[in-house]
Amino acid sequence: MRRETVLNTVVFLGLLVIPLWAWVSNEPFTITLATRVAVLALAGVGLNVALGLGGLVSFGHAVFFGIGGYAMGVLASHSQTFTPMMEWPFLIEGTKSMPVIWLVAMIGSGLAALAIGALSLRTSGVYFIMITLAFGQMFYFFAISWPAYGGEDGLSIYVRNGFPGLNTLDPIQFFAICYVILGLAVFGVARLSRSSFGLALSAARQNATRVQSVGIGPYRLRLVAFVISGAITGLAGALFADLNRFVSPTMFSWQTSGEIMIFIILGGVGRLFGPIVGAALFILLEHFLGGLSDYWNIYLGALLLVVVLFAKGGLIGLVAGREVAHD
Amino acid sequence: MSLILMIEQLLNGLQFGIMLFLMAAGLTLIFGVMGLINLAHGSLYMIGAFAAAAVAAATGSFLLALVASLVAAAVAGAIIELTVIRHLYARDHLDQVLATFALILIFSEGTRWVFGSFPLFLNIPDYLSGPITLPGGIQYPFYRLMLIVVGLLVAAGLFALIAWTRLGIQIRAGESDREMIGALGVNISRLYTLVFALGAALAGLAGALIGAIQSVQVGMGEPVLILAFVVIVIGGIGSIKGALVGAVLVGLTDTMGRFLLPTIFGAFMDPSAATSVGSALASMSIYVLMAAVLLFKPNGLYGNA
Amino acid sequence: MTDPILEIRNISKSFGALKASNNVSLDLRPGEIHALIGPNGAGKSTLIKQIDGSLVPDAGSVWFEGRDMTALGVVARAQAGLARTFQISSLAMDMTVLQNVVLGALGRRGDVFRFFRDVMKDEELLGIGHHALKQVGLEEFARFRTAELSHGQRRQLEVAVALTRTPKVFLMDEPMAGLGAEGSRRLTGFLDTLRQEAPILLVEHDMDAVFALADRITVLVYGEVIATGSAAEIRSDPLVRTAYLGEEDAA
Repeated sequence: MRRETVLNTVVFLGLLVIPLWAWVSNEPFTITLATRVAVLALAGVGLNVALGLGGLVSFGHAVFFGIGGYAMGVLASHSQTFTPMMEWPFLIEGTKSMPVIWLVAMIGSGLAALAIGALSLRTSGVYFIMITLAFGQMFYFFAISWPAYGGEDGLSIYVRNGFPGLNTLDPIQFFAICYVILGLAVFGVARLSRSSFGLALSAARQNATRVQSVGIGPYRLRLVAFVISGAITGLAGALFADLNRFVSPTMFSWQTSGEIMIFIILGGVGRLFGPIVGAALFILLEHFLGGLSDYWNIYLGALLLVVVLFAKGGLIGLVAGREVAHD
Repeated sequence: MSLILMIEQLLNGLQFGIMLFLMAAGLTLIFGVMGLINLAHGSLYMIGAFAAAAVAAATGSFLLALVASLVAAAVAGAIIELTVIRHLYARDHLDQVLATFALILIFSEGTRWVFGSFPLFLNIPDYLSGPITLPGGIQYPFYRLMLIVVGLLVAAGLFALIAWTRLGIQIRAGESDREMIGALGVNISRLYTLVFALGAALAGLAGALIGAIQSVQVGMGEPVLILAFVVIVIGGIGSIKGALVGAVLVGLTDTMGRFLLPTIFGAFMDPSAATSVGSALASMSIYVLMAAVLLFKPNGLYGNA
Repeated sequence: MTDPILEIRNISKSFGALKASNNVSLDLRPGEIHALIGPNGAGKSTLIKQIDGSLVPDAGSVWFEGRDMTALGVVARAQAGLARTFQISSLAMDMTVLQNVVLGALGRRGDVFRFFRDVMKDEELLGIGHHALKQVGLEEFARFRTAELSHGQRRQLEVAVALTRTPKVFLMDEPMAGLGAEGSRRLTGFLDTLRQEAPILLVEHDMDAVFALADRITVLVYGEVIATGSAAEIRSDPLVRTAYLGEEDAA
């Protein structure tokens, strides 16, 4: 069995075993930590479709994270205050049903990705990075100056949203929801990367000329990848908002975009389980280093620098070696 | 809405734009010559501001503070170029973005560690404060007018440097063909360090100048950095002229947007709604401008296709 | 005489003061190998780029199967049946050899937007891919990473990918470059049989190959066509001898 597959299995099972153990030992805080890992990993899985598969350096992916979060915030807040969102021309009320919220989150961020992608994918590499950063900033400032949903202070949601048949306030049950979604997302991305679309997208990442000369247009490939990527990250945003029962403009910030990127790099760009490994590593560092020093970001920065300069393949690259071309 | 107020806002927009130009010029120069996207530029802005505040507090001289900002930023720039940046020239954009993002983390937390979390204050010196009467009887803050003047002088200086000096020729040659100038015997490493330090100095100066009218705090550089990116996208990468035009456009759009939009909405909405809708839309105005430019010119107004 | 399948009419292209293509016309007939030769800097690459769609001419037109293609881009022309191989190998380096040919076959079939089925288990695409690899003799390297191939093998792979497209026209940009004597001989023999699949517009420096293969030769110097004709005609054309071959004689 390939080393990478072993590592992936260990990580994925570990992510299940640790919270189960915490549940049995009555340590809800650890379960919450594991849930954070799962949700942030999901955001990373989303970005990895654009970045790892598509080669698109999107430094504004927090846009989708934030849209997903605010989709939850807006819908839930209208529901908890019993005020409808819109009364004319037709009635739209809020909702506290998770599946509905997830759908809205994914559609919202997918549409945003379509708009942003359609505009920015017509430009070349560096412009794309700057433009995605800029649009992230735009949403950030918009969220700050729109007072209806908390503005700069953010929005608190008092009761966790509901999922049919489960008690979502129970940490282990909420974790289970996030874990299953993460699993499904990883499975979906795995199939995606082995599909015709995945092959063409990967080829476009490596050599756009090659793809054009066999009659495939790179623009459409990348746009579709960007939309899928945005939708997944949007879903993560909705879950994150639910986890914290709080939404704020920070979800749109460039720091959040940077963090999502960091998970992927620490774990390994383009690796299927890279975001999970990276998110786990990030949360561990935040928890332990953060306890030691208030300025732990310096160490994170130094670590990131070392990884980028010397260990480009991330943790998975270090352990499992160079990626084997799958055929 | 008086004409005087309008002119005041126009001048504010111009001032904002000119300061943005200082940031954007350095960034576009670094990208044009070295092909490197530098997220740490905001940190250099911050370092300039902090150096100025510290020196001003210690010596009481604003002039010395400005010099300090130039020196500190240039030195910091040279150091990171020599240690980190030069490993990035051959790497792809993702690596450059990540490595310079790492630098942001290190600089931000480092500054917070040295100076604490509370903002520092840099005061406008007495000889620069107070209003000045412009032709037409308009009162405008003298300091802000000085910012416009200084900015335009720096712009002129940059154009002169690029057009008439040996360094300028090397820069222009490097922008068109990086490999060629190496073959021609130009010391590439030294050129790159110089260009990076020059860009850094401009950013540091901007930080110090703005620090006097806003506050000097950790994280002040990144919003300006992103604005500078918008400027470059609009103006076209690698073009100093584009940076100037883009910066002024962005400055004017943002300032006039914030000024006019709430007023426009106030015509048919109640004041509090008008303010919130107006300012929310105003905060988006420059990004809408950027999107509009991109629709017609994906490589910016003066970028090469 | 059958109608030409590819026609370049009065193509001109300038870069600033440099006229890279100056009123160039040539055509390609079914079943022929038409070689394009000329000294370095003659504008051959520029011309090829205007034919495959990556460069837009300042004036003139490109006609393919009787249709004006001038306004179409690379992707549209590739879909119409133009297959190009590159002078500097343009392959997806991190993929396997097999994946590269499957990509070509996928482009031909056109259903790129499938998201769940494993493309490397697709019988039809694999069949086409393996067949193409067999034709160029790379069958045993199917599982190798493309980056591990030798220079000459990458050339063969380029040709294989072009084959998967079942193209109507081959555009080959210096396929012999970098191959040793043995490799050149083999590729020459292969191209000879290839002309039955589709006509070839061949840009080449290797004169042995050119004279062995070409039905017609066009000579390009400083962006202009100075002669077009059969191999024998070109060999004896005094203009060509002085401008091009003459320099080689003296060398």
